[in-house]
Amino acid sequence: MAKTPKSELELTWKDLEVGCVISNPGNACQYKTGEWRSMKPVVDKTHCIRCGVCYIFCPDMAVHKTDDGYFEADLYYCKGCGICARECFTGCITMIPEVE
Amino acid sequence: MGERVGLEVSIAAAEAVKMANVDVIAAYPITPQTHIVEHLAEVVADGELDAEFIPVESEHSAMSVCCGSSAVGARTFTCTSSQGLALMNEIVFITASMRLPVVMVLANRSLSGPLSIWNDHSDVMSIRDCGWIQVFVENGQEVFDHIMFAFRVAESQKVSLPLIVNVDGFILTHVIEPVEFWDAETVKNYLPPFKPVNRLHPDNPVTMGAFGMPGIYTETRKAQDSALIEAKPEILKAWQEMADLTGRHYKPVESYHAEGAETLFLTMGSIGETVSVAVDELRAEGKSVGQLSLRLWRPFPFEEFRQAAAGAKRIIVLDRAVSMGGQGGPVATEIRSVLYKEKNMPVVTNFLCGLAGRDVTVEDYKAMFEKASKMSKRRVREEDYILYGVRE
Repeated sequence: MAKTPKSELELTWKDLEVGCVISNPGNACQYKTGEWRSMKPVVDKTHCIRCGVCYIFCPDMAVHKTDDGYFEADLYYCKGCGICARECFTGCITMIPEVE
Repeated sequence: MGERVGLEVSIAAAEAVKMANVDVIAAYPITPQTHIVEHLAEVVADGELDAEFIPVESEHSAMSVCCGSSAVGARTFTCTSSQGLALMNEIVFITASMRLPVVMVLANRSLSGPLSIWNDHSDVMSIRDCGWIQVFVENGQEVFDHIMFAFRVAESQKVSLPLIVNVDGFILTHVIEPVEFWDAETVKNYLPPFKPVNRLHPDNPVTMGAFGMPGIYTETRKAQDSALIEAKPEILKAWQEMADLTGRHYKPVESYHAEGAETLFLTMGSIGETVSVAVDELRAEGKSVGQLSLRLWRPFPFEEFRQAAAGAKRIIVLDRAVSMGGQGGPVATEIRSVLYKEKNMPVVTNFLCGLAGRDVTVEDYKAMFEKASKMSKRRVREEDYILYGVRE
């Protein structure tokens, strides 16, 4: 399937492969898993030692390294589980409530 | 054509599976399916069939193995009955949604409880909506022919759906009948090698059986329903080609003296031949009666059924299962719905009979005809379903 992948909300029933086979590897990255989040991580860069323990422990690989060497969560995928805040050595990550 | 031999229908079924040259058989023994899988285990062990016979620990595993083997492109067969089907239920639905062309012979048996090993259709009716193609057969020859048909239709790239051949337990599986075998050349002409639409292979990796979010599930259902409906032309084509090769003609709805008859019996499976005898005797007495036999249950042959039933004033639907707390039997309920839009809708009278192997004789069918003839012609009445022969 060389077509540009459509999002699941654009696909019609005729677009589906026989048996709903997925022939386009890695397309799970299109799923926006960050919608469920009730808390989000906020990093206080003044205390961050850029160790990357949040990056290692994030169960959804939502944390990535930025150009300046710090780490931040991609809120498209971050479910707000709080594991990064719990594991952070310096306590520089705070979970704050999401407000609409 | 091959030779005509007399043998137990279960053995004929197993021999047909052998001639279809299956690659994988996964099954768990359960009465009355046992002779079919025992014979297949033998032919694999004796080296007569080059296949994997996987003796699993349960029917749930049997159907799971079938999904895996079909997914890698192996021609796959399984066989079960009653509680076995109930145990594999979860995977039965998944096989259809993954469009894996597994073939199953279901030796129809009543569901517990009370525990019963005898024949009726309560097992298959429990998975009515599972998405498999479902056919019914009446005798040993039809069993043999429909195993070839099953692989041919299921594996067709235009279909790619699993298929159940319903064979009445004991009443058909354990009787000795004359069966004309196909010769190897005919099998080869009719049944091409299995070329799956998609398969699990390292050269072209795909994901099968992924989850679907609410945003896509409705579309997957529409696609699966359409696939089953659109399988019908291939089903008809497969029967036509079989007729060309063997001289035996099969149709979605078989008719016997149906044209112009005021009353029609509707049967499924092996009771059909007994009903035909009753129809002969009733016609000899001057009664206007005929018979329809539903061979194709899913996808339901709406057009063919309405055509075959046209002109009838009453249809006596013989159900072999009870839809508890509903309107009688699952087949009659559906037939009423199918005919609802017809201008001169026939009265549908429903007899539930032959439950868990209780004998239903020619005299019984004649008695049902007499009873139905005396019943009112109004469409909806309380006596619309009768548990025939129940002791009050």
